[in-house]
Amino acid sequence: MINFLYKGLVRDRSRSFSPLIIITAIVAIIIFFSGFLNGIYNSLFFNTALVNSGHVKVVTHAYNLEHQLLPNDLALLEIEDIIEDLEYKYSDYLWTPRITFAGLLDVPDENGETLSQSPTIALGVDFLSEDSKQLEVWDIEDKIIKGKLFTNINEAILSEKLSERLNIKVGDIVTYIGATMHGGFATHNFLVSGIFNLNVGPIDKDMMIVDFTGAQYALDMNDAASEILGYEKGLFFDNKSTVETRDLYNSSYLDTTDIYRPFMLALRDSNQMGTIVDFSNVIMFIIMALFLIVVTLVLWNMGIMSGLRRYGEIGMRLAIGETKGHVFKSMVGESLMIGFLGSLFGTIIGISITSYLEKVGIDYSKAIDSLSSSNFAMPNVFYPQVTSELFYIGFIPGILATMFGTMLAGHAIYKREMAQLFKELES
Amino acid sequence: MYKYIYILLLSLLFNQDLTVDDIIDKIDFNLNSENRVLTSTMIVHGRRTSRTIVSKNWIVGTDKAFTEYLFPPREAGSKMLKLDNVLLTYSPQTDRVIQISGHMLRQSVMGSDFSYNDIMEDRPLNELYIAKIEKNEYINERKCYVLYLEAKVDGLSYPKRREWVDQEYFLPIKEELYAKSGKLLKSTSMDGIKKIGNRWFPSRFIFKDELKKNSKGTEWIVDEIEFDVDMPKMLFSKSNLTK
Repeated sequence: MINFLYKGLVRDRSRSFSPLIIITAIVAIIIFFSGFLNGIYNSLFFNTALVNSGHVKVVTHAYNLEHQLLPNDLALLEIEDIIEDLEYKYSDYLWTPRITFAGLLDVPDENGETLSQSPTIALGVDFLSEDSKQLEVWDIEDKIIKGKLFTNINEAILSEKLSERLNIKVGDIVTYIGATMHGGFATHNFLVSGIFNLNVGPIDKDMMIVDFTGAQYALDMNDAASEILGYEKGLFFDNKSTVETRDLYNSSYLDTTDIYRPFMLALRDSNQMGTIVDFSNVIMFIIMALFLIVVTLVLWNMGIMSGLRRYGEIGMRLAIGETKGHVFKSMVGESLMIGFLGSLFGTIIGISITSYLEKVGIDYSKAIDSLSSSNFAMPNVFYPQVTSELFYIGFIPGILATMFGTMLAGHAIYKREMAQLFKELES
Repeated sequence: MYKYIYILLLSLLFNQDLTVDDIIDKIDFNLNSENRVLTSTMIVHGRRTSRTIVSKNWIVGTDKAFTEYLFPPREAGSKMLKLDNVLLTYSPQTDRVIQISGHMLRQSVMGSDFSYNDIMEDRPLNELYIAKIEKNEYINERKCYVLYLEAKVDGLSYPKRREWVDQEYFLPIKEELYAKSGKLLKSTSMDGIKKIGNRWFPSRFIFKDELKKNSKGTEWIVDEIEFDVDMPKMLFSKSNLTK
C-alpha cells in the first residue's frame, strides 16, 4: 500500500512536488525562526551572565545587601573550598571566581606624571589558570581587536571605548588606583596587552579586564573573591533550572544568620532581570505561538486545496468501485508521507542554516548602539541557537496541519452520492 | 560633688571673661603649631578585621605635611606629600607619584574613617568657622563648652560642626561634623590628653564615619610627638617622595 502510494506521488509531480516544496520551505522557516528566537533569548541573557551575573552566582549575604557599592571588604573567603563544594554538588555548572572592582585608571606621560585619568570598572577573570574554561566561555580571543590577551598578572586588556577615551595603545602602562579589600590604598601598574570589544553596547565603555590572580594581588584579596559565577555547561540559560539550583543551595544555609555565609543568586535576581526574564518568556511564547498558528493555517489550507483539486480523480476512483474509506485513507496516507518528507527536508535545511548563523551571527550593532542601559548587556550580534526542540518542532505543523487539511478536504468524499457521480463524470 | 563645685568655682574665676573667639584660639593653639614631627599608629576597625598602620609625619604649619608609612609591609614605603592645596602620593609598587584630586579626595585614607579631604582641611578653626557657645555640658565628668560652628568660607567638607570643648584643656574631646543640610557625617573624640611643652595635646583620637554602615571607627594613636623642631626644606619636595 505504502509502495503504491509512493509510486503515485513520484509519478504525479503535481500531487507531490509542489506540496513537498511548500512544506519544506515552511518547516525550514519554522526551524530557523525558532532557533533565531532561542538565540536572541540566550544572547540577551548570556551577555548579562558573562559580564555580571553568571547563570547563577555565589556571594556573601552581606555583599549581596550592598552589591551596588562593590564592597570587596565583604568578599567570599576561602574560595577554593567553596568552589570545590559547588563543583561536587552542582556539576552541571562551570564554577569560576570573579573579582569586580572599581577605581581610577591613571595614564602617565613620559615623566611619570598624570596625563589623563578615567573611572574604570574592572573585572578579574580567571583566564590564566590551567583548568579554567573561561577562555571558551568568553571567546575572548575573537573579541580582542588589537594586541593579544594578557599572559601574566601584570597585564590587562582594555575596552575599545576606554582606550580611545584615554588615548591608550597596546604596550602602554596604566596605573589602577583604588582600594584594597581591607580599604587600603591600592595602586598597581598594568601593561596593556590588548584592546577588546565585547559587542555588548555601552556596558563595556569603562571596562578593564585583568587576570583573577592579578586582581587578587592588586586588591590584597588572597584566597578571596567578590563572586563565584556558575555557567550551565551548555552555556544555555534555563531560568527554571537556575532558580531551582539557587533555592536548593540557599536552603542549606537556613540554619545560620552569619552575614558572611555564602548566598546564591540566580540570573533573574540581578537588578530588574527577573522582570526582563519573565517579560521575555511571555513575548517569546506569544511570538512563537502566533507564528506557528499562521504557518499551520497555511499548511492546513494547502492540504485542503490539494484535496479539493483532486475532486475529479476521487469521483473516478469511487465510480470504478473503490470504497470511500479506502480513498480517504489513501489520501491521508499520501499527506502523511508528503508531510513527513517535507518536514524532514525542512528540518535538515532549517537546522543547517541555523547552525551556520550560530557560528557567524547576525550583526545588529548599528541598531543596538542607539540603545543604552547600564544593567542589561545588549548584544550587538545575535547568534541563532540550535536546540533539541528544533529537531521535532517542524514535524508538528508539517505533518499534522497537512494531514488535517487533507482530512477536511477528504470529508467531502463521504458526502458524494454514487448516483450523482456519473452525471458529474458525463459533464 | 565637691569636685563639680570646685570646677564650677574655678571656671567662674578663670573663664568668666572668655569669649567664644578666645576658646577657638586656645583650641587652635593646642592643635596647631609651627611644625611638628610625630609617629603614629592608626588602627582601622573594619567590618571583618582590624588593621594597624604605622606612619611617621612631618608637619609644618597647615600648608606642608609629609607622611611615610612604615607598617604593614604592604604599605611600607608609601609616602604622601601635602603642599598647599596639592596632595601627592607615592607607592613603591608602581614607582609613581600620583596626585589625589577631584572625587579621589573623598576616598578614605588607608581604609580608615577619615578621607584625604580631612587631611587637606586642617587649617585653624578661626580661619574657617564662626562659632557660638550653645551651653555647658559634662562629658566623662569633664565640664565642656558646647560650641556650634558654621563655615565662613565656601567649599568645606563639613560646613557645620558641634564641639564639646574641655574647659580645662581647651581641646574638643568630642566633635560632630555635619553637612550643610545638618546630616551628621562624622564624629570624633579624643583622650589621653598630655601636657607637651606649653600646650595640651591628646594621645588618642577616634574617628567614626557615620555614613559607613556598621563602621566601628578608626583609632589614631600618637606614639611620639615633638613640636617646633628643625626640618630640612628638601623634606617637602616632590623628589623626596621617590627617594
